[in-house]
Amino acid sequence: MTLPPQFQDWFAARGWAPHRHQLDLLARAEARATLLIAPTGGGKTLAGFLPTLVDLAERPRTGMHTLYVSPLKALAADIRRNLTTPVAELNLDIRVEDRTGDTPSSARARQRADPPQILLTTPESLALLLSYEDAPRIFAGLRRVVVDEIHALAESKRGDQLILGLSRLETLCPSLSRVGLSATVDDPAALAEYLAPATGACDIVEADPGPAPNIRLLETEDPPPWAGAGGRYAARAILDEIRKAATTLVFINTRATAELFFQELWAHNDEGLPIALHHGSLSREARARVEGAMVAGELKAIVCTGSLDLGIDWGDVDLVIQVGAPKNVKRLVQRIGRAGHRYDTPSRALLVPANRFEVVECRAALDAVHAGDLDRTMSDAGPLDVLCQHILLTACAGPIDARALFDEVRGAGPYRALTRAAFDRCLDFCATGGYALRAYDRYQRLREGDDGRWSLRDPRAARGIRMNLGTIIATETLSVRFRGRGGKPIGEVEEPFAATLVPGDTFLIGGQTVRYEGLREMTIEVSKQPSKQPKIAVFGGMKMATTLELSRRVVETLADPAKWRTLPAHTADWLRLQAEISELPEPGGLLTEAFWRGGRAYLAVYSFAGRNANQTLGLLLTRRMERERLDPVGFVATDYAVLIWSLKRVDDPRPLLSPEGMRDGLETWLSENAVMKRTFRASAIIAGLIERNLPGKRKTGKQATFSSDILYDTLRKYDPGHLMLEITRAEAARGLVDFDRIEEMLARTERNRHVIASHVTPFAAPLMLEMGRVPIQGLATETALEEEAQRMMAEAGLG
Amino acid sequence: MFRFCILMSFKFQLQGAELVACSTGALWWPEARLLTVADLHLGRAERLARRGGTLLPPYDTMETLARLEAAVLEFDPRTVVCLGDSFDDLAAAHRLEDGIRARLSSLLLGRRWVWVEGNHDPGDPQLGGTHMAELARGPLTFRHITHRTGGRGEVSGHFHPKMSLTTRAGRITRPCFLRDRERLILPAFGAYTGGLDARDPALTRRLGLGAEAILTGPTPVRVPLGPTQQTA
Repeated sequence: MTLPPQFQDWFAARGWAPHRHQLDLLARAEARATLLIAPTGGGKTLAGFLPTLVDLAERPRTGMHTLYVSPLKALAADIRRNLTTPVAELNLDIRVEDRTGDTPSSARARQRADPPQILLTTPESLALLLSYEDAPRIFAGLRRVVVDEIHALAESKRGDQLILGLSRLETLCPSLSRVGLSATVDDPAALAEYLAPATGACDIVEADPGPAPNIRLLETEDPPPWAGAGGRYAARAILDEIRKAATTLVFINTRATAELFFQELWAHNDEGLPIALHHGSLSREARARVEGAMVAGELKAIVCTGSLDLGIDWGDVDLVIQVGAPKNVKRLVQRIGRAGHRYDTPSRALLVPANRFEVVECRAALDAVHAGDLDRTMSDAGPLDVLCQHILLTACAGPIDARALFDEVRGAGPYRALTRAAFDRCLDFCATGGYALRAYDRYQRLREGDDGRWSLRDPRAARGIRMNLGTIIATETLSVRFRGRGGKPIGEVEEPFAATLVPGDTFLIGGQTVRYEGLREMTIEVSKQPSKQPKIAVFGGMKMATTLELSRRVVETLADPAKWRTLPAHTADWLRLQAEISELPEPGGLLTEAFWRGGRAYLAVYSFAGRNANQTLGLLLTRRMERERLDPVGFVATDYAVLIWSLKRVDDPRPLLSPEGMRDGLETWLSENAVMKRTFRASAIIAGLIERNLPGKRKTGKQATFSSDILYDTLRKYDPGHLMLEITRAEAARGLVDFDRIEEMLARTERNRHVIASHVTPFAAPLMLEMGRVPIQGLATETALEEEAQRMMAEAGLG
Repeated sequence: MFRFCILMSFKFQLQGAELVACSTGALWWPEARLLTVADLHLGRAERLARRGGTLLPPYDTMETLARLEAAVLEFDPRTVVCLGDSFDDLAAAHRLEDGIRARLSSLLLGRRWVWVEGNHDPGDPQLGGTHMAELARGPLTFRHITHRTGGRGEVSGHFHPKMSLTTRAGRITRPCFLRDRERLILPAFGAYTGGLDARDPALTRRLGLGAEAILTGPTPVRVPLGPTQQTA
């Protein structure tokens, strides 16, 4: 296909020339699958739609022609607005509609009856459409699928579900072409394989990456503090940068630090620059207001979290500031790409380390960006819980032929290596529960008919299965409102955080300090509290761990004094002092230190294994120390190290770190661990073993539902080989507890160097200031419970 | 994991009767050699599957029965009172597998066994033992749901009370006994049972002065239910 004259005129009238990769995609309009890799602002979306517009201009027709899938509802709506312009100006008779969870049911019914030529949707909405009995009619004649931000989707189960959906679509519409649109990634070939309908069946088109980004460390008058993650020390300097730029995006890693930093920024914002806050815990209204103001050009800056990693292009952003270590080079590159959205201008970005260790990490990340060395984050094999959901949803649409469905599933990139045995176990799980005790023969969910095909025993079950659709398992949240009639919604907090609140507690949300008044019908009521100092440190949530690739670079920088020239003087001095008093970590080795301070013995383990793995390591080590009678009292874990304090000094850490003993401990610890139970819950919901708690359907004040922990414990006891437990273990290995990193670290223990220092070392000092100390679990839990009960009895005048 | 009933238990008086709240959620009355458990919900997974719900691990009945066997072995009671909702419904009682049925029969052997009627199992389960609406014994009355008035010496179940405490070691949730000067409410004994927060008005309005919770678990712990409590 080539660009017809009317399109050439259209480009010319706008003063544009089509990019090479846009024409490439047009030329490949008939190809089975194409992956386009282009930087932000490279006209990716138009490249994806150009073949559709040209085809429909030359051969007008009704019925669905192109399906567009994006990870964000907002993106679908934005693309619809953006497509409307060329469609109108080219005078094309094309209906472009979006369909997401927000689309009114009347519009959805009409779309099913009379599909538009271009339908814009999300992975979940596509899965729902495919579960309808009339799916073959809805998608009849579909020619193209465009998957936007596929690099982001490929990192999550949403992507796996989507690719399974594409396989299904391919069965319904054999002449389908797929196009994936991606930002810069580490391994384009792996992503192409993920999208490909068969091995090697997806070509890659790489756009000109544009000029190299202009990126540097922000040097401030005061050096960054020894510990902490807030970056508040740099607020004034950052404000200066915001003032000089046209529009700035300030990325911070967590919602809590974003709230605190935003408050600090405004404390210095004497001239009242319009700076807003945007993160996932704010109410949808609040976020929409900020986005609207940004589009209208009313804002000078937005302080945000990953909530703005994807999404609408804001062409006017000319500066991106990353506060705190980026933890992940690929994400940093994509964030930097949010600046200078015009193709030909370099992105301008600043890195602001929040503490001394992060100075080194930021430097290492910067080197990685320049070297184009991105980290791996794509998962390997498609998860089986998603497959179970896919089987159930497919059965909703009609009877399943197991052999045909297996072949179809193997057509999906992430499931290419799936064995028939694994598939059959999933099918059996969907049909009978898959228990060793075959108790449910009478109550099977799927039943094999005389023709060998599987269908729902009770067709009414389809409704429940559809209600449970999706792979995002959010922590339950409560909305926060001001007290009084029609109180304004401010945002949401996670339930575990809400449970810790006592009336009178103050916390930060939406950039303001509020006072907790009480709980009313699953809504948290608060009042305004002018105080600047919130009592409670804001909501928790998992913190992202530094990627292995970036950690490796950090260690390499630390180990090699020749690399210190590019570091600020204060940081280089700190490293020199460490080398003098103790030693420096080295690649492939494991540095540990022991010293006394204030009557306590300290053990520092510089594993550089990431926060989650170090948390696990801390729990395992203290457990072994308890057995060795070293009397551990508590520990703290960061991305770089674990610091343990105890009553006796560890003079030889090797018995503690021995891989065999550690693995035993890990096995036991893993199985009883709260993270595993959370993982089990998520997978059990996805696989359809338990139903998700839908908003509004949540049973309050009733004792009908029980915790999924009970199911986990029961299965472990009576059916340890059950599919759900296997899935849970696989998930844990996929990263939730960073199992593989602990393994990697254990391999390094052979080259352990242990330094017994006469006092606290330069590297250990910042660790001692870290927040988030963990008291030793086990007997401590019971002790703490008794303490708390006694305190309450005393308070009540009892006991 | 931890089930040291004798080691870790809580002794108290109710209308003059000396009672022991066990860490498993069972109640032991030594003087009368009487063991009480509430809300076994036997056959729960089977009933949910029968009604077209999801297929939960079908091990709850054997798990609950194992707990009950352990308690009976420990105390060798003369009388066992199941405080209602012993079965998730009567059909579940009639559909028990043969193996389970046999184990239950041998438990019943040589002692008095009372199935107090609950809202889930309104009728005789026909598994031996006596089916009763309620049972009076000395100063105590055993029934499924607490009466709003005249609950002096009443021992009941139904609500599956549980309580969460925020402690130094994080948030801890446990099933609990609830008591005031006149009455006692037992936690659920069954494996697949959720819980109602002890501070829910449905419970607090039924309790009078001096109400407190006794949390089950390795070490039973007393917590007052007075107005000084956090309300989250």
